[in-house]
Amino acid sequence: MNSVLGIILQRLGLGLLTLLVVSILIFASVNALPGDFAQAILGQGATPEAVAAIREDLGLNKPPITRYFDWLAGVITGDFGTSFAQANMSSFAGADTGKGGIASVADQMWPRFKTTLFLAGTAAAISIPLSLLLGILAALYRNSAYDRFINVSTLSAISSPEFFLAYILILFLSFLNPILPSLSNISEGMPFLDKLYYTLLPALTLTLAVTAQMMRMTRAAIINLLASPYIEMARLKGVSPMRVILIHALPNALAPIINVIALNLAYLITGVVVIEVVFVYPGIGQLFVDSVKNRDIPIVQACCLLFATVYILLNLTADIMSILSNPRLRHPK
Amino acid sequence: MTFLFQVAAYVFALGGAAFLFRLIGRNITDNAPYFRDMSAGVAIGFAIGAFAIFWVLYTYLVNFSGWWSRDPASNKYFFFYVAIHGLIIFAIVAYAFRWLGRNIGTEATKKLFRQMPATASFGILVIFIYAIVSIFAGFIAPYGQEEVLKTANLAPGADPAHLLGTDQIGRDILSRLIYGGQNTVGIAFATTCLAFLIGITGGFLAAIKGGWIDQILSRSVDALMAIPQLIFALLLMTIATAWAGNNGLLVTLYMILIIAVLDSTRVFRLSRAVGLNIVVMDYIEAAKLRGETLPYLVFKEILPNAYAPLLAEFGLRFCFVFLTIASLSFLGIGIQPPLADWGTMVKDLSTFLSYAAFLPVQATLPLMAAGAIALLTVGVNFVVDWMLQRTSGLKE
Amino acid sequence: MSDQEILLSVRDLKIEGRADETWNPIINGSSFDLRKGEVLGMIGESGAGKSTVGLAAMGFTRDGCRISGGSVVFDGIDLVTADAATKRALLGKRIAYVAQSAAASFNPAHRLIDQHTESPIQHGVSSKSDSEADAMELYQRLRLPNPEEIGFRYPHQVSGGQLQRAMTAMAMSCRPDLIIFDEPTTALDVTTQIEVLASIRDIVEQFNTAAIYITHDLAVVAQMADRIKVLLRGDEVEEADTRTMLSNPQQDYTKSLWAVRSFQRELKAPVAIHSTPVVSVQGVSAAYGKVPVLHDISFDIHPGRTVAVVGESGSGKSTAARCITGLLPPGKGLIQFDGESLPADYRQRNRDQLRQAQMIYQMADTALNPRKKIGEIIGRPVEFYMGLKGAEKRKRVEQLLEKIELDPATYIDRLPSELSGGQKQRIGIARALAAEPKFIICDEVTSALDQLVAEGILRLLADLQDTLGLSYMFITHDLATVKSIADEVVVMKEGKVVEQGPKVEMFQPPHHPYTDLLLSSVPEMDPDWLTNLLNERGVDNIGDAASAKI
Repeated sequence: MNSVLGIILQRLGLGLLTLLVVSILIFASVNALPGDFAQAILGQGATPEAVAAIREDLGLNKPPITRYFDWLAGVITGDFGTSFAQANMSSFAGADTGKGGIASVADQMWPRFKTTLFLAGTAAAISIPLSLLLGILAALYRNSAYDRFINVSTLSAISSPEFFLAYILILFLSFLNPILPSLSNISEGMPFLDKLYYTLLPALTLTLAVTAQMMRMTRAAIINLLASPYIEMARLKGVSPMRVILIHALPNALAPIINVIALNLAYLITGVVVIEVVFVYPGIGQLFVDSVKNRDIPIVQACCLLFATVYILLNLTADIMSILSNPRLRHPK
Repeated sequence: MTFLFQVAAYVFALGGAAFLFRLIGRNITDNAPYFRDMSAGVAIGFAIGAFAIFWVLYTYLVNFSGWWSRDPASNKYFFFYVAIHGLIIFAIVAYAFRWLGRNIGTEATKKLFRQMPATASFGILVIFIYAIVSIFAGFIAPYGQEEVLKTANLAPGADPAHLLGTDQIGRDILSRLIYGGQNTVGIAFATTCLAFLIGITGGFLAAIKGGWIDQILSRSVDALMAIPQLIFALLLMTIATAWAGNNGLLVTLYMILIIAVLDSTRVFRLSRAVGLNIVVMDYIEAAKLRGETLPYLVFKEILPNAYAPLLAEFGLRFCFVFLTIASLSFLGIGIQPPLADWGTMVKDLSTFLSYAAFLPVQATLPLMAAGAIALLTVGVNFVVDWMLQRTSGLKE
Repeated sequence: MSDQEILLSVRDLKIEGRADETWNPIINGSSFDLRKGEVLGMIGESGAGKSTVGLAAMGFTRDGCRISGGSVVFDGIDLVTADAATKRALLGKRIAYVAQSAAASFNPAHRLIDQHTESPIQHGVSSKSDSEADAMELYQRLRLPNPEEIGFRYPHQVSGGQLQRAMTAMAMSCRPDLIIFDEPTTALDVTTQIEVLASIRDIVEQFNTAAIYITHDLAVVAQMADRIKVLLRGDEVEEADTRTMLSNPQQDYTKSLWAVRSFQRELKAPVAIHSTPVVSVQGVSAAYGKVPVLHDISFDIHPGRTVAVVGESGSGKSTAARCITGLLPPGKGLIQFDGESLPADYRQRNRDQLRQAQMIYQMADTALNPRKKIGEIIGRPVEFYMGLKGAEKRKRVEQLLEKIELDPATYIDRLPSELSGGQKQRIGIARALAAEPKFIICDEVTSALDQLVAEGILRLLADLQDTLGLSYMFITHDLATVKSIADEVVVMKEGKVVEQGPKVEMFQPPHHPYTDLLLSSVPEMDPDWLTNLLNERGVDNIGDAASAKI
């Protein structure tokens, strides 16, 4: 058991290290901007005094390494800095900026992150069971008409850009048959069912995109598994087909399936960006794209770090889960 | 309540149909093993399949009332018809193309087409057509991509000079679709080539040299891959736009570089893995012991064996790059004016979609641009899928 | 035994396999009977369809195969037409299977004993506790270490030979009437093979179980079977009692199979005392990273001689070859070539030094670049070392192809994938010859080949040695190969040279105990060999029949 613990601790450490490297990468990219933040905020016509004031305010006079650690310290304590859009206004007004108030990046980010989690969660709740079921069926009845139909349709779904899938769904489920709303007017404090109603169409779009991917991976993993000699052995022992699947295949399929799920959850995280824009869904993806367009660097930076963190955590979870489900590691020699 | 009742009735009917189907099958075939050993689930599967086919046929035959009318109720089925006819046409074209391929050309290509499923030959045809349209866009398109004509928002079919009408500022949509193809496909292709150049060089270097070169390259790739690709691309694009200012072409160029570098990470991983698999082969050892130089090893011994997986990966990466660029453009951060491109067109034309019920032909415009993206990636994926199956089949 | 009732009757069994969208015949009508308690040996080379017939005897075909005709009647039930449930009730309970690779055929997620008790519990033969107790007894009978405890381990915690015995125990768990053994000892080393063979034979006799024993090894089947059936590419060649078959085979093919083992080169005069060895390995020690693999080994290879380096897997024999070629520079010691020291790393050797020592590999599939034509593969060293180009090069390649007895016109433009295993190995030899070397390392060159093909390769190598005066270092685990080709023998174990000397001396006692173990473990064609050997070694193989709980 000790070796497993060792491996897991090692993976955790590695994950932490990756996060650190990623934060450096993001910080360095942002610092490759021409001029500096202050100039970017105020534009060409700004007076030198105003620029100097903002520089002072944002700590831009310090060397980059100090700023990196200041930023990192802030991130760890949940303070992602000040949004430009806000900083702009308040500096001119000479008002107090920085922590607290609606100006902080964190305040803008967290509620939107929560709504995005709701969307991703809904999509995952539909797509994971669905794709596992369909994928296992496709593996069991491989080369049948069902399998071929599934193969062609999933390939088509994977190949289509998300906005194409989104518009097709909007067309059929919203414009031609008014069942679901085409815009997600979600606000905080909405009752759960209303929220679900407005989230359903974007969630279905995400489901379509992810299910296809997950199903193909599940199918491949299961087919790979069913070809192993110990499954043949089980069948030659006269074990019932159900038992072959449940007792002999499933424990070994766990690791690949967990991997498939984690990979696709990670994919969901990126997938939300385009879909939130299509449905005007007030999530973090929308905020991210808007900030990119407005060059609101602190928000872009923070969102990027957030996406990366979730992504790394999911991959880490998959890694650790498959270590735990591997009998060779659980029961060392 | 009636809804629940209906659902229950359908489920019951399906189960009954399945049971009957199996029973009749057993009786007719005199208990052939196929029906004898059929599980209930398979029987229900058959029933569901039959029901779906029946529903499509029924809807197709009952609801047809001319191509499109001002009556929203019947326009509901306009897109259904487009989809069905599209599928039928695509199928006919695919089979016809495969038949042609099997009967015309050299022995080698004939043999290739004989082994090919219809999906793959369809894919090849699609790639072929896209390539021609992209290369000769300047000759095919009736107008320029930036040419602003007098009438804006011309409906499709209203003026024979503008088959698909004009957009919100009066540009010919057909011409823009054709140029959009040239730009989007061309840029994606160039980006993928660049990504492969970077990725393969790094990957093979890591595989052959190993040691610290491999460590440095692999760890940097790990770090780059720890940030979701689209997100990182967006972040870098923010910085790129700041550098490029209002120069649209420069932004596009930066985008090519950014996506190529980000995508080369995956190419690196694959070519490193492929390279490692080949490097351990005895024939490489034999060549090393013969005293061969590194370039000989790479170009004469390793590369010829890496073509198949790398070509398949090229198809996949192209699709991915193509979709990423389309998504970026759709978000307004990718290919910039003056270049026309499909992602931006989808976004600009998307308002037409809400006319679906009363002006269905107009509503197809954004779908056409999006569909053009999807069609190419579907085609490429069909071909890649076949290639992958073929190479994995050969191994066994 | 002959008047006992018939348990399994296979009649005109035809099996087809799917390739390129069509069904092609694999087995063209196989018929045999098996009586209760009888062991039928089924032998043939790879691709003969032995395993397919074995599985079909259970009413089972692998994916992509189907039974297209004939019948498999087990105790009155035709398994070809029986429905799935009927077959399931027989499998595991009355017909059991022992697979070639126990390591792959045990489910890695469950303990051995849980897999053992699955059949008895599922078929309702006995309760969990009863069958666990029975498992321990079977483990004991099969002479597994710690029979009380070993079942509670996971497959990866148990060694290959032990797993194979545990799988035999598992097959026995319901006391079946018939067991199919599918090459159960092929993946094992000779010394381990003996133990597994003995325990399988033992337990089959004790419980009077009928068995079909599938193998490619004649000597093994001679020990195990009452009757032998010979298959060739889906067709039956002949079938007879073991002793009749061994002493008096009828068909040409069977005779040629039997004759393989008689190939032997004439002995050469002893090496002159002052002759300079072609290759001299002096006190070499080597390690992979920090793991030491070779400990101070020394041997000489003289001109025109073959030195066979023998040992089981992990003995370091291939590592020794890597040290000689310079792929793994030794940590200590010296490699001399024609009396001159070679640089330790191959990258520091000059072109002529590299040319003089060539290598032939075990797996011809990975030794030839699949994307190059035969002409290019053999032509490259000709061009590289001899500087020949164009027509001259082609002429030289054609000469080389003639030397290895392949028709140049037919083969020069083919790809390796268009050749058979034996032909590929010949191309490997031609590539080595193209460099016109003095010395060739043959690394298990015949172990992936069928016996007849392997013999052809050995004869070719011997002829080439005689005409070209080559020296060979012949790495092998197969003592039969050593007997037929070697002049001198080096026995290795755990990275050390245990014993070395001329072949004549090595095959005469007295031996080093390990050499003795190796030599005595090689199965011989004599059907009484195993019994005699076990008696000699003092193991009571018959077991105590009275205590058998059936």
